[in-house]
Amino acid sequence: MTLHALLAAPFLEYGFMRRALVGCVALSLGSAPLGTLLIIRRMSLMGDAMAHAILPGAAVGFMVSGLSLTAMTLGGLVAGLAVALAAGAVSRLTPLREDASFAAFYLVSLGLGVLLVSTRGSNVDLMHVLFGTVLALDDPAVLLMAGVATVTLNVLALAYRPLVAECFDPGFLKSVGRGGPLVHFVFLALVVLNLVGGFQALGTLMVVGIMMLPAAAARFWSETIPGQIAAAGLFGIAASAAGLLVSFHLHLPSSPAIILGAGGIYGLSVLAGPRGGLAGRLLRQPHLQH
Amino acid sequence: MAISRRTSLLAAAACIAALLGWTPAASGQERMRVVASFSILGDLVREIGGEYVDVATLVGPDGDAHVYEPTPADARALARAGLLVVNGLDFEGWLPRLVKSSGFSGRQVVASEGIVPLAWSEPGGGHEGHAGHGHHGGHDHDHDHDHGHDHDHAAGTDGHRHGELDPHAWQSLANGVIYVRNITQALEAADPGHAAYYRQRAGKYTARLQALDTRIKAEFAAIPAQRRKVVTSHDAFQYFGKAYGVEFVAPEGISTEAEASAGDVARIVDQIRAENLAAVFVENITDRRLIEQITRETGARVGGELYSDALSGPDGPAATYEQMFRHNASQLVGAMRER
Repeated sequence: MTLHALLAAPFLEYGFMRRALVGCVALSLGSAPLGTLLIIRRMSLMGDAMAHAILPGAAVGFMVSGLSLTAMTLGGLVAGLAVALAAGAVSRLTPLREDASFAAFYLVSLGLGVLLVSTRGSNVDLMHVLFGTVLALDDPAVLLMAGVATVTLNVLALAYRPLVAECFDPGFLKSVGRGGPLVHFVFLALVVLNLVGGFQALGTLMVVGIMMLPAAAARFWSETIPGQIAAAGLFGIAASAAGLLVSFHLHLPSSPAIILGAGGIYGLSVLAGPRGGLAGRLLRQPHLQH
Repeated sequence: MAISRRTSLLAAAACIAALLGWTPAASGQERMRVVASFSILGDLVREIGGEYVDVATLVGPDGDAHVYEPTPADARALARAGLLVVNGLDFEGWLPRLVKSSGFSGRQVVASEGIVPLAWSEPGGGHEGHAGHGHHGGHDHDHDHDHGHDHDHAAGTDGHRHGELDPHAWQSLANGVIYVRNITQALEAADPGHAAYYRQRAGKYTARLQALDTRIKAEFAAIPAQRRKVVTSHDAFQYFGKAYGVEFVAPEGISTEAEASAGDVARIVDQIRAENLAAVFVENITDRRLIEQITRETGARVGGELYSDALSGPDGPAATYEQMFRHNASQLVGAMRER
């Protein structure tokens, strides 16, 4: 098997492989900065919570108009934003901390979602929605994902400074007088937008993986935020391509293969990453002891 | 407050009672309560039982019995029932637990008993298409590249088998006749008072199924064998294929639960290109997006909807077992003739 047949031919020869790759590249580009910022803000599990929160919205969209991209995307967006708003409001108006109110709202949302799914009988279509079909991306789905990535990167470019400032000093924006809660909500809205865009491809559960795993791995390769964002984007793209190729050659399901690809990059980074990786520490230790 | 609390307690007690099967004696209940595990069996029971049975179906029209999650209402229906009709062959993996928890105490009949079961086919189904594999590459790419990457590893894709045997036995009318016989015997045993009635209805129904079987066989036989080949979205038509001489190729392998791999999809695409298959069929219970992707990729046509594991709703084209067969056969024959 030549290198060409191994790496290039699957994409050159099959349109569905190209679409899957394009969709995943778009997803990786949009999700990389969000994942990086989530980690810096110590909100790594927030993506997971939001992914669950999207479920009832997608289910309602599905019940209203079947496997319609628009309906399910809108439904997911509404549900995700509602949970983000409600959780934010509760944590600001009551003593309950934000993570606790997020946990509460996403669990309610998840319960509602499962309830709605169950009333539809056990129609398998929705299960496929939950697990995603990266191989079945059509033009509107790919365009949606590319659009989400574009919006995300542009909004982040505008809100980058206040966002980073808020990451390290949440009191700063408050003391300057405005924008703290707004910036925070815009950020959460972007997270929801990316999860909604991605669940078409990877499913509501797996899409969090392409957001968090490359960002977590990038932490071991750069100390600056822009460096981490760039590394996370590259890792996401590499994991997508590798996962699709593994799925192609070894006949394994695609979305878990992509997430496990990202998991592999994370594992390597933990072991051998130059910034705090285990290997670096072991090598440095004797040096320090002398 | 107190009143509403009391009523809700009463309601809860009633629910528990119902779950445990303590239904207050229904006055003058003549019809026997029968529960069927999924819609096709429900229709068979209705055809045979006529006015003397009351059929409840657990997995309804357009539902997928592979991945069903029972509800308390199902447990209640089961607890009240005198007869439970199941397919067997490990089709309803979720059912034994439900039977146990519902306190069902009636008879249970396995409708597929006595059929000749088929083992799951080789991973990926019949794909003799490999013979023509080396030749198809040139016609839509101008670069020439090595096609040696194809399927030397076709094994290892059969991830999701429930049991050793393919449970979709009802997809052959000859087996359907055996189902009818088993269900009739069970109805007679459970309700001997109306045995003659059941036997008479079953006789008529069997004659109809056999006539339909003969007709469908003749229709397929009129089509050249090399054209009797289509793609479907899940591997549910082995019995149909064997009975009527049609070759089905399924991208998702064994079960609707399995997620397709890129390699599987590529194999189907290759096969459609190599053998120039005209039509790809979707089923009422599976994800049609993957099939649509394949048709975009190959230029094959979407042939229409086939009903495999569930009937359609009452207004659909496959509201009964007979209609399902007529519908599936005419869809397939139509697509094969159009070539």
